Amino acid sequence: MTMAQFDTQAVSGGFTDPVFEAQAAFRALMDASARPGTIHDLPAGLAPPAPLGAGSGAVMLALCDPDTPVWLAEALRGEAVSAWIAFQCGAPIVGDGASAAFAFAAANDMPALSALSAGTQEYPDRATTLVVEVEAFEGGEEIMIEGPGILGRSRIAPMGLPHSFLNERAGNRALFPRGVDVVLVCGSRVMALPRSTVLSRKSEQEAN
Amino acid sequence: MSASTGMSQDLASYNFAYLDEQTKRMIRRAILKAIAIPGYQVPFASREMPMPYGWGTGGVQVTASIIGPDDTLKVIDQGADDTTNAVSIRAFFQKVANVAVTTRTRDASIIQTRHRIPEEKLTEGQVLVYQVPIPEPLRFLEPRETETRKMHALEEYGLMHVKLYEDIARHGHIATTYAYPVLVAGRYVMDPSPTPKFDNPKMDMSEALQLFGAGREKRIYAIPPHTKVVSLDFEDHPFEIQHFDEPCALCAAEGVYLDEVILDDRGGRMFVCSDTDHCEERRAAGHRGRLSAEEAYTGREDAIRETAR
Ligand SMILES: [Zn+2]
Repeated sequence: MTMAQFDTQAVSGGFTDPVFEAQAAFRALMDASARPGTIHDLPAGLAPPAPLGAGSGAVMLALCDPDTPVWLAEALRGEAVSAWIAFQCGAPIVGDGASAAFAFAAANDMPALSALSAGTQEYPDRATTLVVEVEAFEGGEEIMIEGPGILGRSRIAPMGLPHSFLNERAGNRALFPRGVDVVLVCGSRVMALPRSTVLSRKSEQEAN
Repeated sequence: MSASTGMSQDLASYNFAYLDEQTKRMIRRAILKAIAIPGYQVPFASREMPMPYGWGTGGVQVTASIIGPDDTLKVIDQGADDTTNAVSIRAFFQKVANVAVTTRTRDASIIQTRHRIPEEKLTEGQVLVYQVPIPEPLRFLEPRETETRKMHALEEYGLMHVKLYEDIARHGHIATTYAYPVLVAGRYVMDPSPTPKFDNPKMDMSEALQLFGAGREKRIYAIPPHTKVVSLDFEDHPFEIQHFDEPCALCAAEGVYLDEVILDDRGGRMFVCSDTDHCEERRAAGHRGRLSAEEAYTGREDAIRETAR
């Protein structure tokens, strides 16, 4: 990377109004976490260096800082993304997912949930939040979700998640109150699947 | 502290919603983890606020971290919007966040509270922020934080049941009426803050998000909407809320929490809604209680005095 690249890329594409956009992004995340499976708007207009998406960028700038080690999936480990993170929020980038407060990945490049931190039984809050970019919030395999924040049961169908995701989530749920919290982003929209949410295949439920 | 005068001097220069961005991020992260683990107390690095701890600095920090320019804030203290504490906190957020404020429960997007849950059913999109003095429900049984943390980790809540059962042995019923412990989402025993147990059923399957902030004890916890909240009890001694023998003396409401008000030094007294907004709305809608005629008379007297001036 040349210095010119650093100047233009790293310093641009963040929040234009950091105080209010960070608040708006957080409120979207809070509402999404309080009502798993519902879709909320993050502030639009972020332009992090590819392949880091606008939604992931908004989540990162709202929540990450020098106190939160960040893990990046293989595809995101370019110099442009690293320089952008360093300039925009100062979060240290770590190679070990188990020591990360936040992990960022695309759906086709997801780490195993077991490679991230699930916290401890006494401090289950010390767990990784995994932010995953999906292709779409509709059109994927139908998944039924239930748990705190959901009245009865509801249905989601995010597109692009690996087939192993549901099994991994089941393993993650079995650790409760430990566990990884998952945030799905698509464009500038967000959906949360906190560890408390139980996921199951719709097809399996119909069979039962 | 002399309420608003003391505050405004400290606020000569401030950030939006008073807290700096790094503090807000830290509290926001704690809130998201609290929502993901309903009833679990997330530690956070509580900041000094321009008000003493007893004033609800935990609730104030939570509100400051979630509030935005589009919010409408209501603040209640013991159910009332007009106590010094409620008025000062409302004025604080008007000043530092320039938000709209209201006393009407249904118009508020964020309600910060001490000691009560509004009578009116909260709805989706509303957030109830509790000011919590002592977040640890096991603290009176076990003073050591390392031990209570272990008990929560192992789901060892036997001591809590023993304590409640001792109540029954001594009083014939569970004597705890405030901060009555609840089990959240079938996992964590949680202190609902010193709300009367009358309000416990309102926490169960609420449509609103409930956030709890304890400033001095540095803890944040949460109950997401549509979450099961069960008051601890025994099969032979089921949980019961307080019942009042008479309706509100001003608006005739039944099935609401009432405060006793002393009227004179001859033992005169009345029971009125603790939720002042609920009571006012009912009276505005034409509901009249036993003493509302007298009150109307006093009101008219005031009006006459105003006109005479
Ligand atoms: Zn009344």
